[in-house]
Amino acid sequence: MGIFPFLVVAWIVVVGLYGIVTSRDLIHQIVCLIVVQSSTYVLLLGVGYVTGGAAPYFFDIPLHTKAVDPIVQALALTDVVVEAAVTALLLSFAVQAYKRFGTLDPLELTQFKG
Amino acid sequence: MTPRQRAWFFAVAAAGLVACYLWAFTGLPGFGNYPGPYGQEILRRAVGETHATGVVSTVNFLYRGFDTVGEEFILFAAAAGMSVLLRKLRAERETGPADEADSRTIPATSSAVRIPALLLVGPTVVIGWWLASHAQTNPSGGFQGGVILATAFILVYLSGEFFTFRKLSPVVLVDAVEALGAGGFAAVGLAAVVMNLPFLYNYLPLGQFPGAISSSGTIALISFFVGLEVAAAFVLIVGELLEQTLLRSA
Amino acid sequence: MIPVAVMNTLQVVILVLVAAGAMVVVRTKVRVRQVLALSAYGVLLAILFFVFQAPDVTLSELTVGAVALPIILLLAIAKVRKPEQ
Repeated sequence: MGIFPFLVVAWIVVVGLYGIVTSRDLIHQIVCLIVVQSSTYVLLLGVGYVTGGAAPYFFDIPLHTKAVDPIVQALALTDVVVEAAVTALLLSFAVQAYKRFGTLDPLELTQFKG
Repeated sequence: MTPRQRAWFFAVAAAGLVACYLWAFTGLPGFGNYPGPYGQEILRRAVGETHATGVVSTVNFLYRGFDTVGEEFILFAAAAGMSVLLRKLRAERETGPADEADSRTIPATSSAVRIPALLLVGPTVVIGWWLASHAQTNPSGGFQGGVILATAFILVYLSGEFFTFRKLSPVVLVDAVEALGAGGFAAVGLAAVVMNLPFLYNYLPLGQFPGAISSSGTIALISFFVGLEVAAAFVLIVGELLEQTLLRSA
Repeated sequence: MIPVAVMNTLQVVILVLVAAGAMVVVRTKVRVRQVLALSAYGVLLAILFFVFQAPDVTLSELTVGAVALPIILLLAIAKVRKPEQ
């Protein structure tokens, strides 16, 4: 169990990047980008985990019980919500590109006609 | 470069990336042996200093409140960017109900969707409000409560029509609420500066009992403002995209 | 308290499921099906965060990844669909 979660993180990153590189559809690429972003949450929480620790909320367990790290949880928490808004912005780019060029294929979108 | 060449190039690059990752991960102290000093230090001090039992929220809104201000403004900028980006192009016009009446092939929304959506609007608002105002005691907070509040408006759209949704949340009002939320957070922090304290210092009275609603000073207030802002941002985002589906190119 | 061995097996199982879920999401080519796969992947991630003792992040991931993000994606897909589909 020493390194297994981090192997899963590396796997998710590579799988997501593979999806982005071999994709023929802008919306499919955006969903693969979401998968890549989710790997960072797993990494953050995996780094802060303490074996045998409880969640860092002390309204029903006594103070000073062993608990997992709260800082990485705070980072991951705001991350998840902000990611959704940035994805929405990316999707509006894709929608405008479709309206302008009529296609969502990244290989055909490489030539910009001004 | 053909797609196959691109795939091979990616395979080589991915192999290099995985090698670097594995090299980095073997330097970590292993899963579960977290040695870092900051986490344990905050766990020792947080409840005593702020009378809040939800330590993650104290980290979010007090100890690292500056980061949260930045993230909230990312949300604000994303919603504003979408409003600018999804403007009407010259070749598009908005279709009113009269245009679509004769070519109406979309079936009306079934009652199986409308009735549960209508019934769930009330409980969703209550749950979202409860979550947004309980940041200091439970695993909750402004971010989660705000998203659930925005979901209530989407349920209104599901149980009715787009125009009901638009009447309940006019763009001007939602913009104003979002600005109020973002500005309120910054104002709470700046009020501390006005009092000669560091930015986002906790200057409100802490409650007497750890874990009560009115405990922990500025944390509850900031979480409320963040909830408002996140809810308004998501309602704005979904509203923009919904309006797009009404536009047709002429 | 749950014994450490049980927690460890739970974590290994859910990590394997998440890895498989990521592959499923990437390999789905039809747009609407991929959004549904993303929603299921979000629920799997939420369970993972729960087993990692982070209930806050679980709540966030459930509301955003399984509800808000698929709604936004489906609206964008509805916009770029060709009229005869």
